[in-house]
Amino acid sequence: MSIHDNQLLRFTTAGSVDDGKSTLIGRLLYDSKSIFEDQLEAIENTSKQKGHEGVDLALFTDGLRDEREQGITIDVAYRYFTTPKRKFIIADTPGHIQYTRNMVTGASTANAAIILVDARHGVIEQTKRHVFIASLLQIPHLIVCINKMDLVDFKEEAYNKVLKQFEDFSTKLLVKDVRFIPISALLGDNVVNRSENMAWYKGAPLLHTLETLHISSDINKVDSRFPVQTVLRPQRDGFIDYRGYAGRITSGIFRTGEPITVLPSGFTSTIKAIEGPAGEIEEAFAPMSVSITLEDDIDIARGDMIVRSKNMPEPSQEMEVMLCWLNSETAKPRTKYTVKHTTNEQTAIIKEVIYKIDINSLGRKFDDKELRMNDICKVKIRTVKPLMIDSYRDNRITGSIILIDENTNETVAAGMVV
Amino acid sequence: MNEYNYSLNYIDELESEAIYVLREVWAQFQKPVILFSGGKDSIVVTHLAKKAFHPCKIPFALMHVDTGHNFPETIKFRDDLIDELGARLIVGSVQESIDQGRVAEEKGKNATRNALQITTLLDAIESNKIDCAIGGGRRDEEKARAKERFFSHRDDFGQWDPKNQRPELWNLFNGKYFEGEHFRVFPISNWTEMDVWNYILREKIEVPSLYLAHERQVVWRNDSWIPKSEFLILEDNEKIETKKIRFRTLGDITITGGIESDADTLEKVVEEVSAMRQTERGNRSDDKRSETAMEDRKKQGYF
Repeated sequence: MSIHDNQLLRFTTAGSVDDGKSTLIGRLLYDSKSIFEDQLEAIENTSKQKGHEGVDLALFTDGLRDEREQGITIDVAYRYFTTPKRKFIIADTPGHIQYTRNMVTGASTANAAIILVDARHGVIEQTKRHVFIASLLQIPHLIVCINKMDLVDFKEEAYNKVLKQFEDFSTKLLVKDVRFIPISALLGDNVVNRSENMAWYKGAPLLHTLETLHISSDINKVDSRFPVQTVLRPQRDGFIDYRGYAGRITSGIFRTGEPITVLPSGFTSTIKAIEGPAGEIEEAFAPMSVSITLEDDIDIARGDMIVRSKNMPEPSQEMEVMLCWLNSETAKPRTKYTVKHTTNEQTAIIKEVIYKIDINSLGRKFDDKELRMNDICKVKIRTVKPLMIDSYRDNRITGSIILIDENTNETVAAGMVV
Repeated sequence: MNEYNYSLNYIDELESEAIYVLREVWAQFQKPVILFSGGKDSIVVTHLAKKAFHPCKIPFALMHVDTGHNFPETIKFRDDLIDELGARLIVGSVQESIDQGRVAEEKGKNATRNALQITTLLDAIESNKIDCAIGGGRRDEEKARAKERFFSHRDDFGQWDPKNQRPELWNLFNGKYFEGEHFRVFPISNWTEMDVWNYILREKIEVPSLYLAHERQVVWRNDSWIPKSEFLILEDNEKIETKKIRFRTLGDITITGGIESDADTLEKVVEEVSAMRQTERGNRSDDKRSETAMEDRKKQGYF
């Protein structure tokens, strides 16, 4: 197997202020030799100017002018590194300002989330919020890093305490795979290299864990869904009757010769050919971008969905959605929004706010129903025409929507179909 | 691709992601163009666009912001590619912007036309009624670019507001805009320099010969080898030498520094890049001007 067969793993990092998130990312990049000399030199200079001893690894993640000046992170930043085993994309999300909005954004495409806990403080409310959002967004793998172990003399008790605290509150959450790793981001213990200070910990260091997480089954391989992005009609010699339906398979597998149904029309046909990026193929699977031709000439347009006839989503005009409000403008009742679902776009209204999640207690609030920035609510949405939805739990792509305010064109909310 | 467990390798996944983004552009905008510089990143984006719409012709015009300070090789490459694709070429000329008094030439030894491109670019976008400019920018290039969206909104002054970007979730891209605004879209956001080279090698994509090691007359300036050109003004202590060099990025001939190299095939370039310990923009004096040079230019409307 060559390096080109390696998989891509996307992960997000969440932590509170001062729990060492930037240091951890800096450490991962530094110890995996993903930092270039000129970058290192720039950081060394800044560290010196600021009077830090040695190299402040946290400076690697500084971005915009305001962030550098104020020492805060404003927006999600993406970082990249590669090891001989995998390519990694980090969605580095800020710890405090608009953390819900940013973490939801970073989490939406992640295979894994790293949640940082300060070994001295254990699980705090912020931690619970981060775990809740990871669970809400159905991130398949959760890695809890108990950081700053050097400040508790590398003692196992601090680690065990966090494990116990987690058991107490995570039973209600839907996370399939949780791991715990005691680390010191500052000194490098159990980040890339195994710690010599914690012989009691028998598990793998963080990087090895990231390199070996089983992610092939993170994608739904059962429910074959193909939202049509655009129709390819070359209209030139040799291709007079050619109609290729271009799109990206969101889940499942499609094969030539297989019966399919087009939604919402309900017309049926058979797959004649599949064209992948490298040419014609017999079968294609998520997340491949392909174009499909059918045996029959039927009317198909952007927003339609090609599915396997034996397994179809439910076209619905009314749906319950967990909605995260992302905009500083409060939601207005009975206002029309544009809803985007796969390649489909419809007009929608928020018909009812059922309850709001109290992000601190994680309980439900039935009296306060105003949707403000960073709020997470269960709502009922009604659309003018049906959407071909699956539940988010079954399918992260066909179970997700965004709402766009038609007056400002801004993306104001992200929703997960219940 | 491993056919047995139905999972994609990273390069196939990045390829499919970029094709998806390019098709979204076609579906969501009225008049999109590819910003084509003749550099490897815009060449890869063009290659991906060919795949995304096969067997149709590539549906985007290519737009080149011509500073007049070009490598002759780049212009030849551009024109050959346009012929091969049968695509339309739109040229925004910095020289014309200067002649019309829209911008003023910088003065002094380190003068460049880099910042002047912003005005030419925005003028070309406006006069051609372009609502989306597809670029080859990558998030790994630079710290301000690390914050870019795939679909990046520009206001009616062409400006980027990095602190107030639209959230981008899953693969749902919001390309809605009002009259006069436009979008920049970056299909290879998630690719690194190494990914681009590995892809060029795998797909056997043709790139300008400037990327391969060749003999060239150069002068040592700002820690890199600046090519001799009609625009180069020598200082007293500088002298022209002949070196075997190649370029890691291609920009204006006046500011793009080469590195000494023996890598005269794509295979050797990939090998060399994987062992590099300096970032590729390290030889671009446009980025060396200040710590936030890229951010400042991007806010004004730079690529």
